[in-house]
Amino acid sequence: MSESQRVVFGQTMVELARAHPDFVLLDGDLANSTRADILAQEEPGAFVELGIAEQNLIGVAAGLATMGFRPWVSSFAVFLVNRDLDQLRMLVAQNRLPVRLAGAYSGLMTGFTGKTHQSVEDLAVMRVIPSMTVLCPADAAEAAAAIRWAHEAPGPVYVRLCRDAVADLPPVPEPYDPGRGRWLLRGSMGTMISTGVQSTRTLEAARLLGEMGYDLGVLHLPAVKPLPEEEVLEAARLGPVWTVEEHSVIGGLGGAVAEIVSREHPQRVLRIGIEDTYGASGDNESLLEHFALTPRRVAERVRRSFPWDPGRIEVGREARRHDP
Amino acid sequence: MTAEEREQLEALCRRGRRLVIETVRHAGAGHVGGPLSAMEILVTLYFKVLRVDPARPRWPERDRFVLSKGHASVGLYTVMALRGYLPVEELKTFDHMGSRLQGHPDMTALEGLDMSTGSLGQGLSVAVGMALGSMRLGTGVRVFCLLGDGECQEGQVWEAAHSAASLGLGNLVAVVDRNGLPQFAWAGRRRGEVVAWDLGRRFCAFGWQVREVDGHDVGALAQALVPSPDGPVAVIARTVKGKGVSFMENDYSWHSRVATAEELARAIAELEAPA
Ligand SMILES: Cc1ncc(C[n+]2csc(CCOP(=O)(O)OP(=O)(O)O)c2C)c(N)n1
Repeated sequence: MSESQRVVFGQTMVELARAHPDFVLLDGDLANSTRADILAQEEPGAFVELGIAEQNLIGVAAGLATMGFRPWVSSFAVFLVNRDLDQLRMLVAQNRLPVRLAGAYSGLMTGFTGKTHQSVEDLAVMRVIPSMTVLCPADAAEAAAAIRWAHEAPGPVYVRLCRDAVADLPPVPEPYDPGRGRWLLRGSMGTMISTGVQSTRTLEAARLLGEMGYDLGVLHLPAVKPLPEEEVLEAARLGPVWTVEEHSVIGGLGGAVAEIVSREHPQRVLRIGIEDTYGASGDNESLLEHFALTPRRVAERVRRSFPWDPGRIEVGREARRHDP
Repeated sequence: MTAEEREQLEALCRRGRRLVIETVRHAGAGHVGGPLSAMEILVTLYFKVLRVDPARPRWPERDRFVLSKGHASVGLYTVMALRGYLPVEELKTFDHMGSRLQGHPDMTALEGLDMSTGSLGQGLSVAVGMALGSMRLGTGVRVFCLLGDGECQEGQVWEAAHSAASLGLGNLVAVVDRNGLPQFAWAGRRRGEVVAWDLGRRFCAFGWQVREVDGHDVGALAQALVPSPDGPVAVIARTVKGKGVSFMENDYSWHSRVATAEELARAIAELEAPA
């Protein structure tokens, strides 16, 4: 386990500020949570405080982008995605402006803040926006690579970041390419496709499944848009697919994978994630346990879906019984 | 402003008003009341205030203009056509498939538009970003933004107003087309009842310099539309919705309405009658 993605975000902002004259970061009074305060401390000239006014934040970023800047906006993912959706679509996406959105505190692990602050629908919402690139790094090292890549990318980019430190995946292949899926494990009985910080837990779930006699592969996707289609279809050709994400089962990674698989190589896709509900307050372990996203719970859910008999797929029903 | 210059700008306004009504009639859709109330503001900006060059719409040092009340697109296209950004003939393509003149301003379709707008309440934030960018680059680019008074009900306008003042933007001017009528909401109310009539005091409370002017007086507008090094300036322009055509004035149904052939003829007769 190394740094959290948010610390790496703050550090990489400093690096970008020093390297690029077109860099500027806009904060909405959350810098000490998102860790943009590292930039405020080290490169105060590249940091602009705009206060608790998230709609304005996006408008100002769009204005700066038309003046030749590549502005970063950091706030909690829930606010950027939900409160700012209208601003994002009309000012940023419809004009394909290079605004970079750092969605902090994504998913369930938001420091005991509960459902109001847990973004479980951000991938779905961002993914439906034309021209938006949606990155979902797995660990600290990949977050740094994704952020560096995002700065230079054309058009708007959303980077989904996690608050707390998570276990590391094997090193990110150089150069970082969000268009390619990363095979973390190959398996003969099907593939679990995962993204973001869930990927580490999914890899661990595959190890547990291996011990139970189920030989499953794990594919990590660094982006859900554009989706690394080649690797997803490779998985679909090998056998059944499970998507596993710390996000709603609707419209995010699972939705994206199902869309492409059903079109190009129809195959069974079972979506594991948060079952069309909101989060809750709690410590990270309890939350992941409750929403069945720990390695052990993911392994159980995958195992219960064998053999492939639609009548025996209990994932949805089982998770709903545990609704808060 | 010389009498001759005033005469020129006023003639442009009369021509612009006729083109707005004709363009909307040709398209079979579009907004009329708001473009008519903003005509002097737009003409003064494009012919007197903005440092722009229609031949070089991407010139980086140009002044920027954001039409926050994007539904007045026809008014903006008309004035841009008169200024030479596009042929006046092209106004006939407004709202047609494939036209550069989209229903609401689309900066990816027409060069010379500095921002796309249509969802109300957002333009001032963009103008703040442009003004901030200009300050950071030290270019001297000035930024102007036109808002509706109805639009000023949007909370984001005040988020932007707050940020402009706290950033001390001495290169930003916001103009409010204070015609007292949005689409439907304030119809039938008496003037004193309408909250937006306090707009000057509101901007003042947010730390802006406020100038109230007759929004149909090109001379007064030209004097007021000047940034102040001390911080952002709000020009509250007293206007009449549907200005220039008697039966359109102060009638909210003309917010968005297509003139019949007979109405068009009457409008033209009024606009072209000797003063
Ligand atoms: C966010 C948003 N809400 C509603 C509308 C629909 N709408 C278009 S124009 C208008 C009235 C605008 O009134 P005002 O700002 O006073 O403009 P003007 O009277 O000068 O035309 C409304 C409600 C919109 N375009 N955007």
